[in-house]
Amino acid sequence: MKKYFAFFKLRFNMGLQYRAAAAAGLTTQFVWGFMECFVYRAFYESDPGSFPMTFSAMAAYIWLQQAFLMFFSAWTLENELFDSIREGSIAYELCRPISVYDMWFARSVALRLSRAALRCFPILLLAILLPEPFRLHLAASPSIWFWFLVTLIMGLLMMVAYCMLMYVLAFFTISGDGLRTVMVFGVDFLAGAIIPLPFMPETVQRVLELLPFAGMQNVPLRIFSGDLTGAPMLRAVLLQVFWLAVLIVLGKCLCKIAERRIVVQGG
Amino acid sequence: MITMEHVNKSYRVAKRSAGMKEACKAFFRRESQRIEALKDVSFSIEDGEMVGYIGPNGAGKSSTIKILSGILTPESGSCLVDGRIPWKDRIQHVKHIGVVFGQRSQLWWDVPILDSFRLLQDIYSISNSMYQNNLEELTELLDLKELLRTPARQLSLGQRMRCELAASLLHSPDILFLDEPTIGLDAVSKLAVREFIRRLNREHHTTVILTTHDMQDIEAITDRIILIGKGRVLMDGTLDQLHAQEGEGDLDQIIAGLYRRLDIV
Repeated sequence: MKKYFAFFKLRFNMGLQYRAAAAAGLTTQFVWGFMECFVYRAFYESDPGSFPMTFSAMAAYIWLQQAFLMFFSAWTLENELFDSIREGSIAYELCRPISVYDMWFARSVALRLSRAALRCFPILLLAILLPEPFRLHLAASPSIWFWFLVTLIMGLLMMVAYCMLMYVLAFFTISGDGLRTVMVFGVDFLAGAIIPLPFMPETVQRVLELLPFAGMQNVPLRIFSGDLTGAPMLRAVLLQVFWLAVLIVLGKCLCKIAERRIVVQGG
Repeated sequence: MITMEHVNKSYRVAKRSAGMKEACKAFFRRESQRIEALKDVSFSIEDGEMVGYIGPNGAGKSSTIKILSGILTPESGSCLVDGRIPWKDRIQHVKHIGVVFGQRSQLWWDVPILDSFRLLQDIYSISNSMYQNNLEELTELLDLKELLRTPARQLSLGQRMRCELAASLLHSPDILFLDEPTIGLDAVSKLAVREFIRRLNREHHTTVILTTHDMQDIEAITDRIILIGKGRVLMDGTLDQLHAQEGEGDLDQIIAGLYRRLDIV
């Protein structure tokens, strides 16, 4: 375990170095957050009755999504890992007494945590200080905070497990680009990153809620904004556990197969 | 003790001719060819030996090293390193070996060398006292003092290679595989690397298997040569035996003559 924590530590410390990138990212995310607020405001004002969430829940959804974007975005990938497969420096990783899957998993979690650590606080702070109706209302009850944090971490782990599939599949396709495009776009749509899942048609919604993607961000964000509570919430948490296990087992199996038939590229 | 018996390994290589028409054709039907990288390779190496593994480009040297270090799985044949099958007990096996791939880097590009070393300490579960001892010894022998606090990306190739060597030895491996460790190095760095390897073997009795195209590496370091060409072991003997067989003279000339005569270039 200590080995994997060491990877985590090194990657986390490295991630904290990129302050300019974080500042640029912050700006973009503020602008994006405001834009979304205005767009949904326009929807809301034209017909509040057909709006599937309360507007303050929507504002919370938007700002938390921006604050923890680095947890949820499928495109937060490490090119270094794809390159190591394509160019063959994977050779070194394979001659270490560690599991490649676990090591990359720890690294990916660290990357996302370090990036989020630099970005989430300014965004949350500003969002709390905004005027109504765009303000982020903090959840009042401790149980909501508890479930939010649990599902947020589960969501992060699910996203990392999903991204691990992209890395591992690159062993088979050598170039990860094509798969990556499909898998990144797919998850953005299905997880509710582009529009929150409650805005989808009801039948679509019911299917999407059963898929692994809903657990990645839709669940924690809606729990915080009070849109998801009680039995449906517990069901969502159980689904998160189930899908996390499936994604990890699948990734590990593929990794085992890949290791056995691996070809180190480039002599 | 390392033994390899009747090991075979082949790769599928995609083939197509240049040009638009060929590229379109390949879209529907891929042509590929099996290249036999290793054919019936057998040899054994005793503890503490220093072996030069030579042959022209594409002869199968790197494939052999990768099989011995547990990275590649051969199609058939058996291989035992100190009683372990490298690719089956990969994680157990690699604790006891060190590998340097001269053309790749194991150091983290953007952080000081010491950070990479610390990571290796955790990965190999090296105790603090052993880590300190090894680090001190390696720092002195490889003259790393000034380099340890510099990020890997800002080191010259020669400086980096010295750090790579140290990185592969922090866990005191019994066997060291060196895949072209002197490639691209200047004369001073080459001499330093050679001297260091000799000393390592003398003082720690480390088994060294070295692939190289530099015959001076061979003369300076190894006692024994295994010559491989087109995937087959063609010669296995000491330098003296080679000279007795092929005559005295410049080793480069002798080896080049041998490559041509055996038609393996």
